[in-house]
Amino acid sequence: MRIALIGQPNSGKSTLFNQVAGYKAETGNFIGTTVTFTESNVRLLGDVVDVVDLPGTYSLAGSNPAEREVIKYLTSKEVDVVINVLDASHLTHGLSLTIELLELEVPLVIALNMMDEADRLGLLIDIKQLEEILDVPVIPMIASKGRGIQPLFVKANQIGQNNRIPSHPHYSGGIEELLELLEYKLGEVQSHLRTRALAIKLLEGDKAIINDVLSQKPEIEPDLKSLQKALLHQYGKSAEWVIEDARSNKAHSIVERIIQQGKRRISMRDRLDDILLHPFWGYIFLIAILYFFFQLVYSFGGWLETPLMALFNGFEVWVMTFFGGSQGLIVQVLIGLIQGIAGGIAIVLPYLAPFLIGLGILEDIGYLPRVAFLMDSLMHKLGLHGKSIVPFILGFGCNVPAIMSTRILEDKRERYISAALSTMVPCAARLAVIFGLVAFYLGPIVALGIYLFNLFVIAITAKILSKIVPETSPGLILEMPVYRIPTLRTISNKAWWRIREFILEAWPLLIVGSVVLALFNYFNISIYLNVLVRPLSLLLGLPREVGVPLIFGILRKELSLVMLGQALGTMEFSQVLTSVQMITYTVFVVFYMPCMATMVVIRRELGRRAMWHIAGLTTLIATVAALLSRGVSELIF
Amino acid sequence: MRLLETPKGKTVRIIEFNGGKGVSFKLRQLGLTSGKEVKVLRHAPLGGPIMIDVEGRSIALGRGIAARIKVEMN
Repeated sequence: MRIALIGQPNSGKSTLFNQVAGYKAETGNFIGTTVTFTESNVRLLGDVVDVVDLPGTYSLAGSNPAEREVIKYLTSKEVDVVINVLDASHLTHGLSLTIELLELEVPLVIALNMMDEADRLGLLIDIKQLEEILDVPVIPMIASKGRGIQPLFVKANQIGQNNRIPSHPHYSGGIEELLELLEYKLGEVQSHLRTRALAIKLLEGDKAIINDVLSQKPEIEPDLKSLQKALLHQYGKSAEWVIEDARSNKAHSIVERIIQQGKRRISMRDRLDDILLHPFWGYIFLIAILYFFFQLVYSFGGWLETPLMALFNGFEVWVMTFFGGSQGLIVQVLIGLIQGIAGGIAIVLPYLAPFLIGLGILEDIGYLPRVAFLMDSLMHKLGLHGKSIVPFILGFGCNVPAIMSTRILEDKRERYISAALSTMVPCAARLAVIFGLVAFYLGPIVALGIYLFNLFVIAITAKILSKIVPETSPGLILEMPVYRIPTLRTISNKAWWRIREFILEAWPLLIVGSVVLALFNYFNISIYLNVLVRPLSLLLGLPREVGVPLIFGILRKELSLVMLGQALGTMEFSQVLTSVQMITYTVFVVFYMPCMATMVVIRRELGRRAMWHIAGLTTLIATVAALLSRGVSELIF
Repeated sequence: MRLLETPKGKTVRIIEFNGGKGVSFKLRQLGLTSGKEVKVLRHAPLGGPIMIDVEGRSIALGRGIAARIKVEMN
């Protein structure tokens, strides 16, 4: 038994899938023509069934390659029954998709989700009558609370086993006659669609289907043309629109018959946008919410980092004494190993975990689209859309979740630019360098100057990048979801799923990298590395010893400060570096090449090419920015 | 009149959208078809997007798009 889930975005389809399948739906990828569906085996009443999560779609118009793939998949023999998830609080719109599904004539069950929302809006839904009108079983449900899921799948199983096909919808006079005429002319045609659905798609002008049918029956071309013309003549618009209007009218009339408007309960949530999107208070709240969020992440992370680091340091000392203080190869490799493991557990995870939990909460509440709304005008001045602000903000904590969050952007161009820009945002690790070097020796005002300079460079880069990579999407079109109270289960599942990605993919690389560096140290390769970086350090007026810390910094940005001390032989930087050198070095560290964990995530999210592009681009920007700040600070100091 | 110039709190009827096929498709999917009544909920400050209510859903539209939607007051 294979069950496919389909529904419009925000209908709660993925919530339903995750409730039955554990947290897996996020991996669904539907960009361009590469279509992958997320599938999971689910134990149901002693049977094992396959549940397939199809991407959220508003319609099955077929002009979009992804939607065409969905139609093909639904009508293939592989799917036994389709569950259409509908948002009960927005039925009119969702029913258009249901009508399209009925046209396909496949076994169908409707999951009427978000009954609690509908109740809140005072909507009284006559489910029995809806079942009769559509000729399809309708199961009321609240997916986020796990209610109604069991009866839904029992029903779906039953419908699938009996292969019960609902009767197809009828349209008003003119269209129905033309459709019947076309069906008659078509006769027997080889297709994955039934004759009725085929006739509708032909009238709508679906190019792929027209070509397919005409290759079998070229003689119907004039008939098809004259029928399309007849519709155009009768309704004054093209067939595609006439049929879509017919569906939408049908949906309207169904809703009018089955829904009664009861008393609407005005709650806090209806008023929330008046405050959170207020022209003035909205921005105050935005800053306050983000400040609170970062404070929480930093204090929680710092609270864990200190004892964990102490633990690992103690472990290192223990290893060294165990080997009698020898500096042999084994000791070096072991220490490298411990440092790699410590980097993951003590430095990254204490910040990443609360960060991802907090992000999940903001996401599920529905606040992130509101941030996009508030920031759209500012981002437009940089050639970007409001939604791009999210990865940018996240970048101040850690670039890894920033890159992950570019998933909320549909457009490939936008994803690439936002990813490139957010790697230039100084994360918590680079904050350590800015504070440890510049703020400590030259004062907090200079450190602030570096932050402002950073924003300036990012803005210029955004301007240039958005000029080079031409704009494809014409503006923001974004549905604002209703505010929802997130459930513990979805939040923890989501956070765990993302943390798992770090543990399985980025962390092993950190450990390997750390061991490799230990080997470098042991075999004294540092000298050669310094020579390798010499052209750059010469250009920036820095001592040759910065080569190793810069290379080590790619592994973890804090290392470019820690290793600098080792390389120069003292942690008293003012004795060995001039003020200008400190500023130049820090500016370069802030911008150049993302750290290894970030690079790994970029490769996974945007591909290998984007990873190298961004690495090259940021190093170039770092060089230019460092030269610029060298020139400026030479004038000042 | 254009949707962009519709003051906050007013309900208007959509006449047509003058723009690319892709955007018009996306708008139709969200229920923004000609003849549909929409209510302007708010304008973001500093030339930001506008937020409208279509059949109980809130949708944010960038200025560029809102400027190309022709509407009429009832």
